[in-house]
Amino acid sequence: MLVLALDTSSPTVTVAVCDVAGGDVRLLAERNETADNRHGERLAPLITASLREAGVVPRQLGTLVVGLGPAPFTGLRVGIVTARAMSDALGIAAYGVCSLDGIAHRIAIGDGPFAVVTDARRKQVYWALYGETGHRIDGPELAPPAVLAEELRSRTTDVVGAGALKYPESFAGFTVRQGDPSPRAVDLVWCNDFAAPPGDLAPMYLRRPDAQPPGRPKAVTPS
Amino acid sequence: MTAPVVLGIETSCDETGVGIVRGGELLADALASSVEEQARFGGVVPEVASRAHLEAMVPTVTRALDEAGLRLADVDAIAVTAGPGLAGALLVGVAAAKAYALSAGKPIYGVNHLAAHVAVDRLANGDLPEECVALLVSGGHSSLLLVRGLVDNLTPLGATVDDAAGEAFDKVARVLGLPFPGGPHIDRAARDGDAGAIDFPRGVVRDAPYSFTFSGLKTAVARWIEAKQRAGEQVPVADVAASFQEAVADVLTARAVAACKAHDVGTLVIGGGVAANSRLRAMAADRCEAAGIALRTPPPKLCTDNGAMVAALGALLVERGVEPSQLDFPADSAMALI
Repeated sequence: MLVLALDTSSPTVTVAVCDVAGGDVRLLAERNETADNRHGERLAPLITASLREAGVVPRQLGTLVVGLGPAPFTGLRVGIVTARAMSDALGIAAYGVCSLDGIAHRIAIGDGPFAVVTDARRKQVYWALYGETGHRIDGPELAPPAVLAEELRSRTTDVVGAGALKYPESFAGFTVRQGDPSPRAVDLVWCNDFAAPPGDLAPMYLRRPDAQPPGRPKAVTPS
Repeated sequence: MTAPVVLGIETSCDETGVGIVRGGELLADALASSVEEQARFGGVVPEVASRAHLEAMVPTVTRALDEAGLRLADVDAIAVTAGPGLAGALLVGVAAAKAYALSAGKPIYGVNHLAAHVAVDRLANGDLPEECVALLVSGGHSSLLLVRGLVDNLTPLGATVDDAAGEAFDKVARVLGLPFPGGPHIDRAARDGDAGAIDFPRGVVRDAPYSFTFSGLKTAVARWIEAKQRAGEQVPVADVAASFQEAVADVLTARAVAACKAHDVGTLVIGGGVAANSRLRAMAADRCEAAGIALRTPPPKLCTDNGAMVAALGALLVERGVEPSQLDFPADSAMALI
């Protein structure tokens, strides 16, 4: 079955075209490009480029996989609405995967639990905890880095991701792996359970919009 | 050539709109609005709007196709508002449009929201003349445009230097204790009021005869109400609403007609949510008739943001043989006219 996977939850836009058979994933083509805030410009061209390289036309695709975050809002929605629209247009299923699971799948080394910690901005991080085989055992959640570090201390000393690198004072005493692993679309394919029913592709915002209902109008004349 | 079937997507503010046209014929106009969610904030919160667009996008496309009795394969091209508008909101529509286009192998056109507000008139009143002046007034825009070519020659003559006209309606409604969005409520309250009761100011922008300013008017209304309240008097809501509405309609129509005369243009098109205001429509009709100008106003449903207007402009682009956009075009919150 031909699978198109994509993720826009990090500064990297990542697309993969894979052939999935049984438990095996064969990567046919992929694109990983740092897009900063240009996810909406880069994603569609990278999809067409990967499909072309793989020699696949859209209607041959059997399934879609998309990273659901957690991530700050704007770029995340580009990938999710793309997967929803392609699923609708092609009449095929779309699966959502926690983007941190993709990172964990790639870096899992099998010597104990570890945490993936990414930057959520506003002095907060997204995190999830993984067992030694790379399966998620807690999270994803949102926390201030110092609070998370305290909570994790008894569970693991091994952390990875831009969130841990950004707050070294909070993660003093942890083994912080160098390098910032962004999710790669092919890892999401490895993480996905194609035997399960597809989910509803709900974005993992983990944060409410910061808007407050207004109070009474302010007077314009001095009292 | 048979008229092109175009599906248009609009997500520049708080309405998720998907419309389908065949040339100048409206086939479907599906809309999902987050206005009820926005009402408790007293205005449009961009993140609330963007989240709502994501949820409404695919269901609204489905409704539009059902309404038109078409499948995506029957569509000749896809058009989408690329700007101006709220960045995060635009991005949802642009990404969805690209996904539909690349999945179905259809050409895509990223179009200007303001130009679409002009083009929509062809769906209600037939093909537009190549030359006209357009007055576009909504919660996000208050602009006068000189149109010398619908798809390739639109020039801004003036715009608001502070609040959009619709924003002024929202803010005045709030001090009068009327719900959001303010426009329809003020229009209704004004029916029982005396438009000449209070002489609210008509703001002028120095050296910009076709620009607008509404912030002074809004403050004048608030001051007037506060003075009444301090004196322990009842606020005559209907008179305030009617007098305020009169002031807005007066400056909008006077400058629009002056722009037509100065540029020797015989047609005025009015669009945008505020174009649904009954006093603005009536005053524009009177003044245009007196000046010998043909007035074109789409029905209120096509004046507010919708997908049909984007499809209408997209169909014009296809008919004129304009090259489609590349898949990497951006959502541009400050998109300039052509």
